[in-house]
Amino acid sequence: MSAGQSPRVGLFITCLVDLVRPQIGFAAVKLLERAGCIVSVPSSQTCCGQPAWNAGADGHAADIARKVVDAFETFDHVVAPSGSCAGMLRRHYPEVLANDPAYASRARALAAKSHELMSFLVRVRGMKDTGISCDVRVCYHDSCSSLREMGVKAEPRQLLASVQGLALDELKEPEVCCGFGGLFSVKYPEISERMGDDKVADALGSGADTLVGPDLGCLLHLAGRMERQGKSMRVRHAAEILAGMGDEPALGEPRK
Amino acid sequence: MNLDPRAFPENAKQALADETLKPALARLKTHFQLGRRYSSARYGDFEALRDAGQAIRDHSITHLDTLLETFEKSVVARGGKVHWARNAEDARIAILAILRETGATTVTKGKSMVTEEILLNPYLKQNGITPIETDLGEYIIQLRHEPPSHIIAPAFHLSKEQVADTFRESHTTLDPNRSLAERTELVGEARRMLRATFESADAGITGANFLAAEEGAAIIVTNEGNGDLTRLLPKTHIVVTGIEKVVQNLTDVAVLVRLLTRSATGQEISSYVSVMAGPRGRDGDGPENFHVVLVDNGRSNLIGTEAHDVLRCIRCSACLNHCPIYAAIGGHAYGATYPGPIGAALNPGTLGVAAAGHHANASTFCGRCAEVCPVRIPLPKIMRHWRAREYAEGLAPRTIVLGLGFWAFAAKHPALYRLGASFMARVLKMFGGKRGHVRSLPLMGGWFAVRDFPAPQGKTFQELWRARP
Repeated sequence: MSAGQSPRVGLFITCLVDLVRPQIGFAAVKLLERAGCIVSVPSSQTCCGQPAWNAGADGHAADIARKVVDAFETFDHVVAPSGSCAGMLRRHYPEVLANDPAYASRARALAAKSHELMSFLVRVRGMKDTGISCDVRVCYHDSCSSLREMGVKAEPRQLLASVQGLALDELKEPEVCCGFGGLFSVKYPEISERMGDDKVADALGSGADTLVGPDLGCLLHLAGRMERQGKSMRVRHAAEILAGMGDEPALGEPRK
Repeated sequence: MNLDPRAFPENAKQALADETLKPALARLKTHFQLGRRYSSARYGDFEALRDAGQAIRDHSITHLDTLLETFEKSVVARGGKVHWARNAEDARIAILAILRETGATTVTKGKSMVTEEILLNPYLKQNGITPIETDLGEYIIQLRHEPPSHIIAPAFHLSKEQVADTFRESHTTLDPNRSLAERTELVGEARRMLRATFESADAGITGANFLAAEEGAAIIVTNEGNGDLTRLLPKTHIVVTGIEKVVQNLTDVAVLVRLLTRSATGQEISSYVSVMAGPRGRDGDGPENFHVVLVDNGRSNLIGTEAHDVLRCIRCSACLNHCPIYAAIGGHAYGATYPGPIGAALNPGTLGVAAAGHHANASTFCGRCAEVCPVRIPLPKIMRHWRAREYAEGLAPRTIVLGLGFWAFAAKHPALYRLGASFMARVLKMFGGKRGHVRSLPLMGGWFAVRDFPAPQGKTFQELWRARP
C-alpha cells in the first residue's frame, strides 16, 4: 500500500448501483477504505449522463456533466464501481464539455483523475491482496467499457485471484460484448437477446457457479436473461466478492 | 429481406430467426478473426503499420482534390480516360456511354462494391447489356438475385449446400449426377460456366482497392484471378471506384496492401495484386481502351465534417468481422450496400440520417471495430455523431426523446432525483415480490420483451448512506 497522506476519494456511485444494488456501493466504500482512502459520497450526484450522450442528446449530457464536475472536482480522485460510468467521465467528458469555456479545462482535469474501482485499487493504491476468503467458482465478464475504454483487464483478475477459496474460470470469448449497450438493449431487444444468450452460454459452459463483472448494466441484462430462461447461475458485481459480501443474495435472488 | 435501411429492425428480426444464417455467421471467427490475429502478430510491429496506413490515408483525404487531378493527368498521359461522376446516376450514364461507344453487349465484372452502390447491374440490363459477375461470391449472389451481405465475401451468408442448390437450379447444362458436395467442386462448376464468358465479353468492369496518383494506376487485390481475366481479355476495361481510393503513389499502396490483406483475410499477401495502368502498350498486353469512372456519390460532403475520418476506409471488412451485431444479423439486414460498423458510420452520411439512422443506433459502442480498424477510424465516435444529428434534427424516436427528457430533468435536479429513485426502488422491489425479479412493467416493453429485471434491494444507496450510524 502506498505511503503518505490518505487521498480523498469521491465515490461516483452510479445511478444503477444507487437504485438497484446499494450493496455494491458499500462494497466499494469498504475496499477504498481498506486501501487507505477517505471516501465521500456527494449527495448532489445523480447519473453521469451517458444515456443522453450515447443517444446524441448532447445538451442534456452537457448539463449533467457540469453538475458532476461541480460535485467532484475538489477530490483527489473520483472512483466509480463501473467501467462504463468511469469511462464516461474519463474518456468523454472532455468532449461533452469541449465547447463550454467555463468547464472545458475543468472537465479535462476531472477526467484525468477518474477511475474504475478495481483498476484504481491496484494501479493507484497498489492493492495486491484483499485478505478475503470465499468458496466460490467465478467467471469474469469484462465489460467493453472497462476493457477497451479504460484498459482494465488484469487488475480485477489479480484481486479475485487473491481471494482464498476462489477459483477463476475464463470465458471462451471474454472480448465479445454481452449485448447490453444501455438504450441499445431496449431499442433492439432481439439483437441484444442473441448476444446475451451467446454470453450466457459461454458463462454456463465455463464451469463457474457465479458470473462476476465490473459493470452492473451488463450484469442486470445477463441476470435478467438467465432468469427469463430459468437458468441457474449467480450473478453479482466483482466488488461484492472482494469486499467479503459474496454470501449475500445474488442479483435477482430473493432476499431472506 | 427488405432492401431499405429503414426496415432494419424488421430485417434484423427476420435474420435472427433464419436458422441457416447462424452457422454461416459463426464462421466469422474461424475465417477472419483468427486470421487477422495470427497474421498481424506474425508481422511484428503491426501497430506501427497501422499508424503508417492511417497517415497515408489522412494525406489522401486532406489532399483529395490535388491527388485526383494528378491521377487524371497520369491516366491521360498513359492513354486512358477519366470520367467524373457526382452521383450514382452520373456514374451509370458514363459507364453506359463508354459501353455504347464500343458497341459492347456483354460485360464481365470483377468484384466491385461501388458498382453495387450505384446499382449498375439492373441499369445495364435495362439498357440491353448483360453484366456477368465473375467473382465466385458475386456470381453466386447474381444467380440468386441477392445483394452482397459482406464487403469482401459477398455470399458469406450462404452454406455450401445452398450454393450447390443454386447451381443446380441455374445451370441447365449441369449433369444432375455430378457431385457438388465439396467447395472445390463448387469452384470447378462456377469456373466451367465462367471460362467461356471471359473470352466472349466485349468489356470488363472492375473496381479498385487503390488508385496511385503519380503513376496513374488502379490496383486490385484479389484471390481468384477473375479480376485479371476481366480486365485483360476484353477490348475495353472500365475501372469504377470511389474518389477516396486515391493515394499518392505505389509506395503508399505497398504499405496499404500489407495492412489490407492481414486485416481482411489474414493473408500476408493475396494471390494477386494487379496494377492496372492505361491501355495496351508496346508489349501488346491489356485492353485497347482504359477508362476510370470516379464516383463521389456523397463522399466529398463528408470532408471536414465530424465524419471525415470514415473516408480513410480501405474496405477490408475487419470491422464487420469483429462486430457482434453483424455476427448476430449478417449484412442483408442493414438494407444498404455497406453493412456493419463501416456502414453505420458511412451510410447516415451518404444516404441521410433519416434513411440510415438505425445503422448508427444499432451499436452497443463495444469498440471492437475501432480496435481492429487498420486505419484507426473512430467508428463508434462517428456513429454517435450521427445519433446527435438525428436527435438535433428531431428524427429520434419520440418515446426516446420524451423518456430522455423526463429522466434528464430529474438528473439535473438532485433532490427530485433522490426522491424519484427512492420511490422507484420501492416500487420495483414490490413488483419483484418474493421472486426477487420483476417479470414485466408498463412502458418498459423493450427491456421485458426478452428478459426479467433483478429487483432492487428496496432503498437507494444515497438513503442508506445518509442513514448509516
